[in-house]
Amino acid sequence: MASIGIPANQAPKTNYLNNGHSLKSWLLTTDHKRIALLYLISVTVFFFLGGFFAMLIRLELLTPQGDLMQADTYNKVFTMHGMIMVFFFLIPVVPAVLGNFLVPLMIGAKDLAFPRINLLSWYLYITAGVLFLHCMLTGGVDTGWTFYTPYSTAGSNTNVVEAGISVFIAGFSSIFTGLNFIVTIHRMRAPGLTWDRLPLFIWANYATSLIMILGTPVIAITVVLVAVERLFHLGIFDPRLGGDPLLFQHLFWFYSHPAVYIMILPSMGVVSELVACFARKRIFGYKFVALSSIAIAVFGFLVWAHHMFVAGISLYAAMIFSFLSFSVGVPSAVKVFNWTATLYKGSISYATPMLYAFGFIGLFTIGGLTGLMLATIGIDVHVTDTYFVVAHFHYVMVGGVLMGYLGGLHFWWPKISGRMYPEGWAKLSALLVFVGFNLTFFPQFILGYVGMPRRYWQYPPEFQVLNVLSTAGASVLAVGYLLPMIYLFWSLRYGPIADANPWNAAGLEWKTTSPPPTFNFDETPVVTWEAYNYDEIPQKELEAPVAR
Amino acid sequence: MHDSQTTTVEHEAHNPALLHHFADAQQQKNAASLGMWLFLVTEIMFFGGMFCAYLVYRLAHFNAFAAGSQQLSIWMGATNTAVLIVSSVTVVLAVKAAEAGKRKLLVGYLVVTVLLGMTFLTVKGFEYREKFEKHHVPGPTFKFTDTFDDNGKQIPVNPKEAQLFFSLYFVMTGMHALHMIIGCGLFSVLAVLAWKGHYTPGYFTPIENAGLYWHLVDIIWIYLFPLLYLISRHS
Repeated sequence: MASIGIPANQAPKTNYLNNGHSLKSWLLTTDHKRIALLYLISVTVFFFLGGFFAMLIRLELLTPQGDLMQADTYNKVFTMHGMIMVFFFLIPVVPAVLGNFLVPLMIGAKDLAFPRINLLSWYLYITAGVLFLHCMLTGGVDTGWTFYTPYSTAGSNTNVVEAGISVFIAGFSSIFTGLNFIVTIHRMRAPGLTWDRLPLFIWANYATSLIMILGTPVIAITVVLVAVERLFHLGIFDPRLGGDPLLFQHLFWFYSHPAVYIMILPSMGVVSELVACFARKRIFGYKFVALSSIAIAVFGFLVWAHHMFVAGISLYAAMIFSFLSFSVGVPSAVKVFNWTATLYKGSISYATPMLYAFGFIGLFTIGGLTGLMLATIGIDVHVTDTYFVVAHFHYVMVGGVLMGYLGGLHFWWPKISGRMYPEGWAKLSALLVFVGFNLTFFPQFILGYVGMPRRYWQYPPEFQVLNVLSTAGASVLAVGYLLPMIYLFWSLRYGPIADANPWNAAGLEWKTTSPPPTFNFDETPVVTWEAYNYDEIPQKELEAPVAR
Repeated sequence: MHDSQTTTVEHEAHNPALLHHFADAQQQKNAASLGMWLFLVTEIMFFGGMFCAYLVYRLAHFNAFAAGSQQLSIWMGATNTAVLIVSSVTVVLAVKAAEAGKRKLLVGYLVVTVLLGMTFLTVKGFEYREKFEKHHVPGPTFKFTDTFDDNGKQIPVNPKEAQLFFSLYFVMTGMHALHMIIGCGLFSVLAVLAWKGHYTPGYFTPIENAGLYWHLVDIIWIYLFPLLYLISRHS
């Protein structure tokens, strides 16, 4: 074991992990840290399930003709991939795993404000997940993750109602998480921890929670209306019965566009923490970064109709929504520029979390800029429903959200598990993820721009080279994702013991032991310093506690 | 108790209602009421989706919506409005009784509230029965032959558009009734707990928060009643 700055014997005899070993002590726990681990396990299961469907898609698209599956199966496969990844992975992943673990720790609280509601959230998530698995095993759904009417209400003969109910239930899991975070951040902060001393991860989760409680109820009622229409043959969205399918799209995107900010904002919060720690500097323009999260949440609610430029909304409305969509670029750019400015004259080290943070900044920038292209009505009309759109949102969702999540998971892994991960393997997997990701999705920008439509199981032969590149990249990416699962699991037993603060990072979560005791702090901390006071914290050899 | 802060809150250390992770009862109460208000926000957004659909379709199919609206029983709707307003008063009185520590009075008001809620649901049931009898329930048996009265001129109405009105009527009042049923269950539980003496002048947050929920469900009806029953009536 490598030398460790602070003696390892600081680890308490009882911490949240060994405080009770029975199954009941896990399944009925109200400890936010244990619930975070329950979420960690369940979202990982869904991630690999969604990834399995992604591999099926890429395998089918390896050749121009449909040889692995036919159209009906393909429709179901991409629908399963989308629904699992959106509703059961991307939306809960950072708030429910890292947020659940860190929000009380970062604000010096003993737990979230409503620990039992927190547990209820996880059970709702699991109920929704089991229901969705049942739906998948009994035939699946083929509407695409968007449930567009009238196909979902009158056309599809798959199990739309069950999928809708499961999305409805998963939504309430998300609402309760958001509600819990907002109340906790308002009411449970340690003495002295004012709003302008909060870590940016907290600000980001606060903004996310606002979207969760304001947006999610709308998707809930929308899927209820779809289910009711399907079950009782009402005409709420069916044009043949006087309904309006556009209304469905408005209601759907009113949630589902802000939902992409539910996904990306917490990862942005993670990156703010990582950049400050590994550049050893207070984040540049703290207040702007903090308020840009709120601004993204607010603007995020005003742009939904940019998904509908070709759906038949008026040109006037389209122009307004185009303009508003551009305005989201401002707070997003504030973040990117401020992270970059933080790096300037920082003393940067390249531990794995920082590699992921760099990956996030670069890939999110590409994803964000292509988002501005798509906000331009003319370009959007040209590339609507092509692989350009697919590549764009995967750059934000996978290149952004997932990079931030993996960076955060590595960064806080010593706090979560009390062990260090193997740095060499971690760097290798970060490299594989970055290379594999770009190889998978960059060709799709080109494919889309030259006209390959999304959601088809076959394509003209001239698109094959780029599709083969994309499938090859997906294989590299899969290895990059499997590696962390293996070595993180390995490190639980064999990783070097981590001390309380292996990165010498600022933040209250590092002031308690690793892993923390059940009630987080032996004494409620009193905060007298600003966030990211790295000029007051001496830098230690970051490589030291890391296994070689 | 795992509470390291007991020194500062000694007088509260033995409060059985205080959960371990709060510093004191005031923090717990503030957290609970903020949580309840946020939950009410989500309820408003939930019903907001339906109000949005109602608005869009009312503008698109005004004649059918006006003619459909004429078919609702204004007397039953008005009775239910009165019942709900009275029940909101009894909820306020229940909170006052809890504050004053009058246990029996509290239980009494809670029980009256539940009874008023059930009265509402019963009347609603009779209204739904009337819709069945008139074939105004959307579906294969739906019939609508009434006309839109445009200053004495009778304009025929597309039954499909009228069916849309009744679809929204059933979804909106049905979702509201579901909230009423949950509210009645909630208040029944509170009445039992209050009878057992769970609530004291120092701790009656659940009564207050359940009251907030009841008021919101009440307010939603205050909007549903004019939207569905009143605003299209000319005579």
